[in-house]
Amino acid sequence: MAANADGQVDVIGHILDHHSLEVPFINAHHVFDGHIELPHFELFGIDMSITRHVVMMWVAAALLIVTMMSAFRRPGGVPTGFGNFLETIIVFLRDEVILPVMGESGKTYMPYLLTTFFFILYCNMLGLIPYTATATGNISVTAALALMSFAVTQGAGIVNNGFFGHWKNLVPGGLPAPLLIIMIPIEIIGMLAKPFALCIRLFANMIAGHIAILVFLGLIIMLKSYVVAPASIALATALYMLEIFIGFVQAFIFTLLTALFVSMAAHPDH
Amino acid sequence: MELAYLGAAIGAGLGAIGAGLGIGLLASSAMEGIARQPEAVGDIRTNMIIAAALIEGVALLAEIICVLVVVTK
Repeated sequence: MAANADGQVDVIGHILDHHSLEVPFINAHHVFDGHIELPHFELFGIDMSITRHVVMMWVAAALLIVTMMSAFRRPGGVPTGFGNFLETIIVFLRDEVILPVMGESGKTYMPYLLTTFFFILYCNMLGLIPYTATATGNISVTAALALMSFAVTQGAGIVNNGFFGHWKNLVPGGLPAPLLIIMIPIEIIGMLAKPFALCIRLFANMIAGHIAILVFLGLIIMLKSYVVAPASIALATALYMLEIFIGFVQAFIFTLLTALFVSMAAHPDH
Repeated sequence: MELAYLGAAIGAGLGAIGAGLGIGLLASSAMEGIARQPEAVGDIRTNMIIAAALIEGVALLAEIICVLVVVTK
């Protein structure tokens, strides 16, 4: 956490994306505030630099591949240890969330939904380790996730009901014609508001938790007093525990709502 | 210009009041539902989480706008 001598704490700077990774010792003014510069480059005039949130997403993706492969590639077919833990989560999601919400067709979308869940979960959890950053606390990352969920929703609608059938299902059947003038814009706004809400919800939850933790820790530096340290560290630890819970809940809610939207688009009669 | 901070703070508080009331009412009815019908606990929980997420989404949108007021002031 960056703090300068006159008691100012850079809370927002910690949340934002940077062109450097935070590490101890290397290029450091003090022991703990080192950084590694990451490469800049542009593609067709668009800034495509590798930033620390990108690195965190790569780490999450690599961890996802490594843990899932090691957990489920077993000759006996019965997972042990960490694989057993992952299987508990997957079976819970399958039997309590995806299949009840989506019915039998849920099996088609299960790989996508589970990948989304674990990717968001890993990103949320990685952000809680010191010196890392929360990739899901970047609105571009959550917007991309929401955009993918939007694409899957529309794709499911088009595959199940045909291209024109899908757009006809936008409004309920049997409405009088004058009502359509009002209903069609409302339904189009509703269709776009769903991924927008997914994006904002995940982003704001991750940001809010991290800002709250940093504000509690920053109180020590802002007040320049050791007396407040026990209270603020206790509160920051409590919030940290809450953040672990929120990391799970937000990944769960993102998956649940995606499953719900996909099933609404695929089976509008329900 | 300092009033922008006041406005953002009041807005954040109002957003929190709305979400608190909404989620409180939701949880109270869900608890009542579970007490009356313990076998429906799974369905009630799922639907409660969906509704809570939707309420929370609106509240977080309000909070984000408050943050934007402060940051872009």
